Amino acid sequence: MKGLYLTIALSPLLGAIIAGFFGKTQIIGRKGSHIVTIAGVALSCVLSLYVLYGFMMGNIESQSMDLYTWLLSGQYEFKIGFLVDPLTAVMMSVVTFVSLMVHVYTIGYMHDDPGYQRFFSYIALFTFSMLMLVMSNNFLQLFFGWEAVGLVSYLLIGFWFTRETAVFANMKAFLINRVGDFGFLLGIAAILYYCGSLDYGVVFSKIVDVYNAQTTIEIIPGMEWYVVNTIGILLFIGAMGKSAQIPLHVWLPDSMEGPTPISALIHAATMVTAGIFMVSRMSPIYELAPAALGFILIVGALTAFLMGLIGIVQTDIKRVVAYSTLSQLGYMTVALGVSAYNVAIFHLMTHAFFKALLFLAAGSVIIAMHHEQDMRKMGGLKKYMPITYITSLVGSLALIGIPPFSGFFSKDSIIDAVHHSSSSFAGVAYILVVAGVFITAFYSFRMFFLVFHGEERMDEHTKSHLHETPKVVTLPLILLAIPSAVIGILVIEPMLFGDYFTGPYLKALLVDATSPIHALGELIHEHGVMGMIVTSFSHPPVWLAISGVVAAWYLYLKNPALTGKLREKFSAAHFVLEKKFWFDELYIDGFAKGGRKIGAILWKVGDIKLIDGLMVNGSAKAVGWFSLIVRHIQTGYLFHYAFSMIIGLVLLITLFVIL
Amino acid sequence: MPNFIPVLPEIFLLSMTCLILVADLYLGKDRKGIVYLLTQVTLVVTAIIVWAVKSTEKEVVMWGQFVNDPMSTLLNVFICLCAAIVFIYSKDYLEDREMNKGEYYVLGLFAILGMMVMVSAHTMLSVYMGLELLSLSMYAMVAFNRDNAASSEAAVKYFVLGAIASSMLLYGMSLIYGVTGSLNLAEIAQALTQPQELPTILSLGVVFIVVGIAFKLGAVPFHMWVPDVYQGAPTAVTLFIGSVPKIAAFALVMRLLVDGMSALATDWQPMLMLLVVASVAIGNVVAIAQTNIKRMLAYSTISHIGFLLLGVIAANEAGYSASMFYTIVYTLMTMGVFGLLLILSRKGFEAENINDLKGLNDRNPWYALLMLILMFSMAGVPPTVGFYAKFAVLQAVINEGFVWLAIVAVLFSVIGAFYYLRIIKMMYFDAPEDTSEISVKLDTHVVFSLNGLVILMLGLFPEKLIIWCQNSIGIG
Repeated sequence: MKGLYLTIALSPLLGAIIAGFFGKTQIIGRKGSHIVTIAGVALSCVLSLYVLYGFMMGNIESQSMDLYTWLLSGQYEFKIGFLVDPLTAVMMSVVTFVSLMVHVYTIGYMHDDPGYQRFFSYIALFTFSMLMLVMSNNFLQLFFGWEAVGLVSYLLIGFWFTRETAVFANMKAFLINRVGDFGFLLGIAAILYYCGSLDYGVVFSKIVDVYNAQTTIEIIPGMEWYVVNTIGILLFIGAMGKSAQIPLHVWLPDSMEGPTPISALIHAATMVTAGIFMVSRMSPIYELAPAALGFILIVGALTAFLMGLIGIVQTDIKRVVAYSTLSQLGYMTVALGVSAYNVAIFHLMTHAFFKALLFLAAGSVIIAMHHEQDMRKMGGLKKYMPITYITSLVGSLALIGIPPFSGFFSKDSIIDAVHHSSSSFAGVAYILVVAGVFITAFYSFRMFFLVFHGEERMDEHTKSHLHETPKVVTLPLILLAIPSAVIGILVIEPMLFGDYFTGPYLKALLVDATSPIHALGELIHEHGVMGMIVTSFSHPPVWLAISGVVAAWYLYLKNPALTGKLREKFSAAHFVLEKKFWFDELYIDGFAKGGRKIGAILWKVGDIKLIDGLMVNGSAKAVGWFSLIVRHIQTGYLFHYAFSMIIGLVLLITLFVIL
Repeated sequence: MPNFIPVLPEIFLLSMTCLILVADLYLGKDRKGIVYLLTQVTLVVTAIIVWAVKSTEKEVVMWGQFVNDPMSTLLNVFICLCAAIVFIYSKDYLEDREMNKGEYYVLGLFAILGMMVMVSAHTMLSVYMGLELLSLSMYAMVAFNRDNAASSEAAVKYFVLGAIASSMLLYGMSLIYGVTGSLNLAEIAQALTQPQELPTILSLGVVFIVVGIAFKLGAVPFHMWVPDVYQGAPTAVTLFIGSVPKIAAFALVMRLLVDGMSALATDWQPMLMLLVVASVAIGNVVAIAQTNIKRMLAYSTISHIGFLLLGVIAANEAGYSASMFYTIVYTLMTMGVFGLLLILSRKGFEAENINDLKGLNDRNPWYALLMLILMFSMAGVPPTVGFYAKFAVLQAVINEGFVWLAIVAVLFSVIGAFYYLRIIKMMYFDAPEDTSEISVKLDTHVVFSLNGLVILMLGLFPEKLIIWCQNSIGIG
């Protein structure tokens, strides 16, 4: 198995190396670059699916294996290794499958770009990093993957590095992620300190002792916190950065400056879900940390609700999808907060498919519109782009949770979990996520109607060139539309209520009598998935989704004039949403500018005057001066040399014998 | 019938040296290559014999004069192999200058014999005998280019100062003998652990012995010969003096201070501290002002000696093995650096000034890269092995509570980093003054490449060598 897992992880890396270092050579070239990377990722994908199948059939065992010891430091051992269990298998399959689709799609999207080879190298490198992240069996390697995906994300957001906005966006993503990573690193450090190891197995067994001992930590004087809660919150701060939760979400909408394929791969389907995966992986820790879970629940619910609201006023097609991603990540986080980790992973999976689909479809529209992204200049694309239209429709229906599309099952399970949760914040969270359903449906179909229906608002030149995009673009759309439509109905039973998630660290993912979704489980066991669909029509979410669609239809197709009136009437609310709750202003004008001011003072006084002037140059001058003087002691005269030896001898005798 | 087996390497080396000496007389000028080959074969076979007769515990033979233990095996193997590499580096240089005479190799072999005797000595007498054999051979080697005034001057200085140092060492030994009544190191150690009050005269003996050792190592203030000899001697000889004998000097410290007088550790520890502080300070600071690279390396040696002694100051097994690791690493690094100087020198041109390294990257990027590794290692930058060497000795003294000493050593090595980095800067960022092609024979090229890569590889995987050093000291 070791060889199999190594192949899965390393074959994308090999492709990345070949395309990255030799892509510009005659032998590899543009075509060779996409062939090697796609071959690498495809191999990885096929093997991942084989592993997933093996786990579903029960003929592969969960396994944690160490590959080699990277570093020994005192009592600490740092190893590189793989932990492959059902959770990992799901992630591996999702990552490699979406990545493969994006690779194929890129051939069409980046067709004329001079950085073609570089792009393929980066996305293959991303696949490798993400696999290292999900397959890790210890926190060190997890952190490596975590940082590596962050790095590739940075490189890809700024892929068009001559655009100032792209450079600003990648810098922003990098800096905001640093804030999260700082918490994450502190969390890992705390784990190393209290558990003495970074290996998952050891940590998960030691953490129970830490919990039982009721160990506390005093960060702010006078406030004693339970260590397990502190670790949980610190790790989650890392997840907030990576998975763009309020208030560390501001980088994700800006990351849309990158090429669309990576928005689909990195900023929708895979990397941003790393935080969700991480918390699920750490479920043995979080189950001991109720306060941390409460925190997660609140953050997730706020993200789900508020980010959806912003999505309503966006006009850039990609930004709408980006805010939708933020909101959906909020839903996953909510599921984590009520201990329904398996539901979070389920939604992660369905979301990966339909959100990648929506992004790639948006990209397809952008190609057809000659890189125009403003929805106000689109409309009526339905007849020009039938495949994109149908696949987008599937994606949107999945997103808003209309049965029997995949998103319905995952989102409804989340809402059900919140409904039945015993968490003290569950009441508020429930209202927010249910309201979120309406908002989701509204902004999704607002976008859908604006782009594909209604009057054609583009200019004549664009209009004359409108046609469906090439096969390399539409094929991934179709291939992603299939799971977006049916994956929910197929896997909800085994994944959520069956015994798929069995493994030494996955106890919290199995549904038992204490699980908030056990009632739903009983329903499905008795009546099957049809039971769930039928029952859902007696609950508000589905009706809210439908009414969201209807509202969007009425406001943007039937009676567009009303939209303007409403905007005037609620101009204050609109302004708040336009300004995105002033998060950017707070960070840029508050933290960034304030930080620069303090920095400038420290630089001018501390650095230039004290450190450079006095200490660095001063001491360097002193050393140079001393050196020149001492050099003259070396006269070259033999008797001076002998004399110095005698002085040395006398000195030693005086100091150590006589005294 | 005494047991001759443990002494076999030395006996073999002596016989072969005599044979080469005689053969050299009868070989014509154009067949000097045979002498070189014989020398190399002798060194390799000696190393093999050392390995073959190795013993896992202390084996004292020859009426207590001679000991064969894991430490002697390790050090002797390294002495033989490093010397072989030194001779590979030297050969072309000597040929270019018509100095490729048999005497160089014969003197070299005698020096190596002296080192091996020192390493395996078990009485003060055999320590002294080995030391003198080594020193006398080296005096002659320094004067090897006898028509060169600088070379002869350096040899005379070295000889006179060496004689003073030897006499001090001998005087110290006689004082110790006077108190303990024995020359045998084990018996001395035994005598010193007696519970009664030890006479002050012992401390005086220790001072003289420390002075003798400090001179051989080149620690401040007994270092004055080092820069002059390094600069004056032909570069091939400097390479020899600067590298292999440091291993023997480490053995000298171990045999006299540790095997013989570890009971007096509280006496010699503070003395060594004084030497260490003075050495790292003077060595690093004065090196900055040098323009001659051989002289700069001489001061760099002085500072490295300071570091090497740090581990000994810890006065425990961990410290000794750290020092041993440092010594071996230091020897490997020095060989590489001088090896490059020999490569850059050619007929009628001596690469001696720091400026001669300017723009090396343009002339030969591979050598520049190897030199970069060597310089980083000398400065103690990870991931090169020089970092682990410094780390190990610093850890040893810190564990013994001498934090201030570690801080002083680190501070001065930061100052020292300047002149190593300056060389890197010159190699990569300055335009070459001399743009001629660097011509190298294959064997030298391979050995130098391996030399540089070993420094890097040991830095990435230092474990094996560290464990070997620990085992040979008797821990781990």
